Amino acid sequence: MAEKEPAVRQTTGTDASVDEARSFATQVGREWPVDSGKRDKGRESGGRWKALLGFLSPVVVLILWEIAVPLGLVDGRFFPPPHSIAGTFWRMTVDGTLFTDVRVSLVRIILGFLAGAIPGLLIGLSMGLFRPVRWILRPVISATYPIPKLALMPLIILMFGFGETQKVITIALGTFFMVLINTMAGVLNLDKIYLDVAKNYGASRSDFYTRIALPGAMPLIFTGLELGMGMALLLIVAAEMTGAISGIGYRIWAAQAVFKTKEMFVAFILISLLGYLFAEGLSSLQRRVIPWKQL
Amino acid sequence: MAEKIVIKGLTKEFVTRDRVVTAVKDVDLTINEGEFVCIVGPSGCGKTTLLRILADLETETRGEIRVVHSDPSKPLNSMVFQEQSIFPWMSVRKNIGFGLKCRRVNRKVIEETVERYIQMIGLQKFGEAYPHQLSGGMKQRVSVARAFANDPEILLMDEPFAALDEQNKIMLQEELLKIWETERKTVVFITHSIDEALILADRVIIMTSHPGTFKASVEVDLPRPRHIAELRSDPHFNRLFTELWGVLREEVYKAKASEGLTISDDDFHSDHSQTLADESRLVL
Repeated sequence: MAEKEPAVRQTTGTDASVDEARSFATQVGREWPVDSGKRDKGRESGGRWKALLGFLSPVVVLILWEIAVPLGLVDGRFFPPPHSIAGTFWRMTVDGTLFTDVRVSLVRIILGFLAGAIPGLLIGLSMGLFRPVRWILRPVISATYPIPKLALMPLIILMFGFGETQKVITIALGTFFMVLINTMAGVLNLDKIYLDVAKNYGASRSDFYTRIALPGAMPLIFTGLELGMGMALLLIVAAEMTGAISGIGYRIWAAQAVFKTKEMFVAFILISLLGYLFAEGLSSLQRRVIPWKQL
Repeated sequence: MAEKIVIKGLTKEFVTRDRVVTAVKDVDLTINEGEFVCIVGPSGCGKTTLLRILADLETETRGEIRVVHSDPSKPLNSMVFQEQSIFPWMSVRKNIGFGLKCRRVNRKVIEETVERYIQMIGLQKFGEAYPHQLSGGMKQRVSVARAFANDPEILLMDEPFAALDEQNKIMLQEELLKIWETERKTVVFITHSIDEALILADRVIIMTSHPGTFKASVEVDLPRPRHIAELRSDPHFNRLFTELWGVLREEVYKAKASEGLTISDDDFHSDHSQTLADESRLVL
């Protein structure tokens, strides 16, 4: 129980579970928050150069690519020149297949993301707050987390067939673990003093969730959401490669069968755009939800 | 005066991997309703442990604690912690109102109470600010206001001003005196500063060094309202200071010795005729 948690502080000095959570979080590829003051300074100096170079470098790559194909340096069958990809992009926009693909994939991603993130958040908070919950669930989570979600796909297909459910569940699984692990780490990383204060000031169990654990863990929860989003994009493509008739992943697979590499590249662009939009959406949400972290 | 807190034979042991550490041993202590008590002792004498037991954040190993809860509509105690303890994710207002919110007090009442205390600590302009925008002194003000706004029967304060610079400390002590002299709550205040204890308290309790137990109790019969500048030049204040330091110094040296520092025999038995100025410079 959270009420007993503070006792650890005085007897052992360090809470082993925090360290564990920390290593957990770094395992999933994230560093602990760095001093953001330093980063801000970097942004100020040479900001104009940064913007200019950031814009130029992809343009240069595209130009080199465009030149390299007719020169025979790059095989145009695998890497169709950018202008032809743009043409295909336009054609798919006009005939509507592009919108259908994006809409279908988007719905699956959003449903799967929510279906994974919400339970991940709730279980993560509970595991962070209450030691018995952590003791019971941690072994299960540790054992199932490393199984690649792609390895589970055949089983999911057996269980749910080739429908929407199969795709949504695949994405949900990937998102679930990312959000859960980071949320738990976020709660465990909270200074124990805040739990002491909450207890001394008579916080109820729901207060512990809504006023302490959730807002306190928010920075890491967002890390989990970002990673979960990356995972969702990865899994949507895989899930749509089997038993789908539309969607971005399906488009890639179908294009391969008929050697339409241009359509493949259009799909790559779409995924990249989706990833960018999600990241932007999350970070603007983050600025609104965590005003106390801004400096 | 009515007894508020009665502690008898209180002992707290912490069990670590290879040994049992006794933090507090056989403490007997009675604190009256409306009394301001300072507990002074060398570092590591278990003062904080004692306070945490009173705050119900630790449980005693042995002994008995009786606390009279006379008004069930009020919380029994609220603690002001030594370290930074206001919630970084709440604005100043939300922090001050935290206890009231947890008790599901009417929103209107919360707003009024928060307003009153925010005025009292002079942070009106910072109501919507977040802790990272405040200085250390301001944060500690919020922490004190949060405890007072909760309107507990007993205030538990664990070296709340220890981390502050001298000027901020004096200002906060004055503010605390001002607030307390109007509200007269029972206060248990922990400090390692004799000076601070004499400025604030009705009675100073001295604890022995490790393991912490009751050593002496000194009544501070300085008139109220008190003003820090006047107190410092008051001969009676200085007499009390010398008296307290006389009792405490032995414990401080003992604590130092148990930390493994070598102290010559002279230090233990040196006469007490050192000037006050010298002594007040010693860090306990």
